[in-house]
Amino acid sequence: MSADAEKTLSAEYVRKVAALSRLALTDAQVEQYRGQLSGVLGYVQRLRELNLDGVEPLANVGGETNRLDDDVPGPTLSNEALMKIAPESMPPFVKVPKVFGDGGGA
Amino acid sequence: MTTAASIAADVRSKRTSAEAVARRTLDTLASVEPKLKSYISVFADGPRSAIEQAKAIDARIAKGEDVGPLAGVPIALKDNMCLDWGTTTCGSNMLRSYESPYTATAVQRLMDAGAVIVGKTNLDEYAMGSSTEHSCFGASFNPWDVARVPGGSSGGSAATVAARVVPIALGSDTGGSIRQPASFCGIVGVKPTYGRVSRYGLVAYASSLDQIGPLTTTVEDAALTLQTLCGHDPRDSTSTKRETPNFLAELDRPIENLRLAVPKQARSSANHPDVARVLDETIAAYRAMGAEVVECDLPLIDHGIAAYYIVAPAEASSNLARLDGIRYGHRAALEKGEDLFDLYCKSRAEGFGPEVQRRIMLGTHVLSSGYYDAYYNTALKVRRKIKDDFDRVFATCHAVLMPAAPSPAFKVGEKTGDPLAMYLEDVYTVTINLAGLPAMSVPAGFSAASNGEPALPIGMQLVSAAFDEARMLRIARMLEKATGAGSRTPA
Repeated sequence: MSADAEKTLSAEYVRKVAALSRLALTDAQVEQYRGQLSGVLGYVQRLRELNLDGVEPLANVGGETNRLDDDVPGPTLSNEALMKIAPESMPPFVKVPKVFGDGGGA
Repeated sequence: MTTAASIAADVRSKRTSAEAVARRTLDTLASVEPKLKSYISVFADGPRSAIEQAKAIDARIAKGEDVGPLAGVPIALKDNMCLDWGTTTCGSNMLRSYESPYTATAVQRLMDAGAVIVGKTNLDEYAMGSSTEHSCFGASFNPWDVARVPGGSSGGSAATVAARVVPIALGSDTGGSIRQPASFCGIVGVKPTYGRVSRYGLVAYASSLDQIGPLTTTVEDAALTLQTLCGHDPRDSTSTKRETPNFLAELDRPIENLRLAVPKQARSSANHPDVARVLDETIAAYRAMGAEVVECDLPLIDHGIAAYYIVAPAEASSNLARLDGIRYGHRAALEKGEDLFDLYCKSRAEGFGPEVQRRIMLGTHVLSSGYYDAYYNTALKVRRKIKDDFDRVFATCHAVLMPAAPSPAFKVGEKTGDPLAMYLEDVYTVTINLAGLPAMSVPAGFSAASNGEPALPIGMQLVSAAFDEARMLRIARMLEKATGAGSRTPA
């Protein structure tokens, strides 16, 4: 499907996808998922056999179109209810660790 | 245990009390639960126990109130539906202690109709799986043979209905998660048309495919449940505004000049021989009732799995991004020097099991820059063709008939090591979700008992045109009456 059709994903690539997925994986998990994901991606290549020229993609089968509500506030969950389910909070706020650090993100 | 229809009739006419029904249900549940492991939580005590809910129903009946068509009917919910008491775990360590502050619309509608919620059933984590082995609470087992899986992902719901603990359980079906466990457990399972039942309060897996539906022992109970479940909900933007037809009014009236289509792709050599036999027997049963059964061509059935395992993980990777360890769900402990990014990655790695992680990564990959068109867009084009193929068949036939699954229930542990083998279980069900159509599994026969292996139930699947559930249920009722396969119960 892509130019470099995945035969077997590299460990480096699996680590990259894991970072995009926000998943901290061990080396053993990377190795396991490498094989399993390669297998599934290999399987889905069969869609390439089909002639799909001129076919419109179908994302929504429901046929319902977007609905606009009146611009008035309605009932919503209270801050108190939301604080109760937050793992760490300082009501009315949820707590987060520092945003900028050496981790940096992907 | 009797049907929901008869329990409601008895409770409404005070021949029995909702409380007596609830007590009996909890007793049966306690006696079979050790071997089936169907439940994640049971409402046995406390202010919201099944007994307290039932007493409230009885009190209203005593005052002369009409408590609704499901008066005193004990119901189990798959634990991916929010309820504003107890936990809603989704079978995941991520939500192991999550207490939802609100209730799903579908669940609220059942309670408003007089139902008593008995407990929440086990499922594959986040409804991702076909065996109910991927739950952080452990596996569930099939009441016909506890060495086998109940199917999945609504396996706990299917098993507890098959064991006659409750007459109705709710499941959700994204790629077959109601129909395949119904087939494996010898009961009725309906996936309604996309948009028929509100998804508000259903933990999202793949939003364009997910649909809530009933698992029951009879077609009548399925119709009764659907009558309550269906209807517009302003809180789900994909909820249809169409009128809900009366599913019960003509249920017992056979369809005249019935015309069914069997896809030639459903005669795959991969079918278990007993599934192939039951398909033939079902065709013969319909023909004996005067139906015309023709062969049709659904050429993309074999490509459905490939399209599904692009679309569903893509949507899952987006939906599950909200689980970040901050607003709700599991939060990892951080080491000194770790930051927000580490919190996301560690919380999600600890909270999600392997199947969920695999699907998140698959979805992230297929949606990533440079791959989107090759995977996701291609899958959406296949989705269009699948829908067009079905529509072509419905222009001349009332319904499509095919197996719900290629085999009867498989053994516990048989497919857990090979995700792809597990995915192929869904070959006859996923295309229907991609096309948004209604479908159901109906008990149709049994495998041959051999070498000490018990006979196992086999379901046949009916698929109808969008919003044509009323007719689909009537066609199912014809088969139910003709075979009686659904009235056999596990030993």
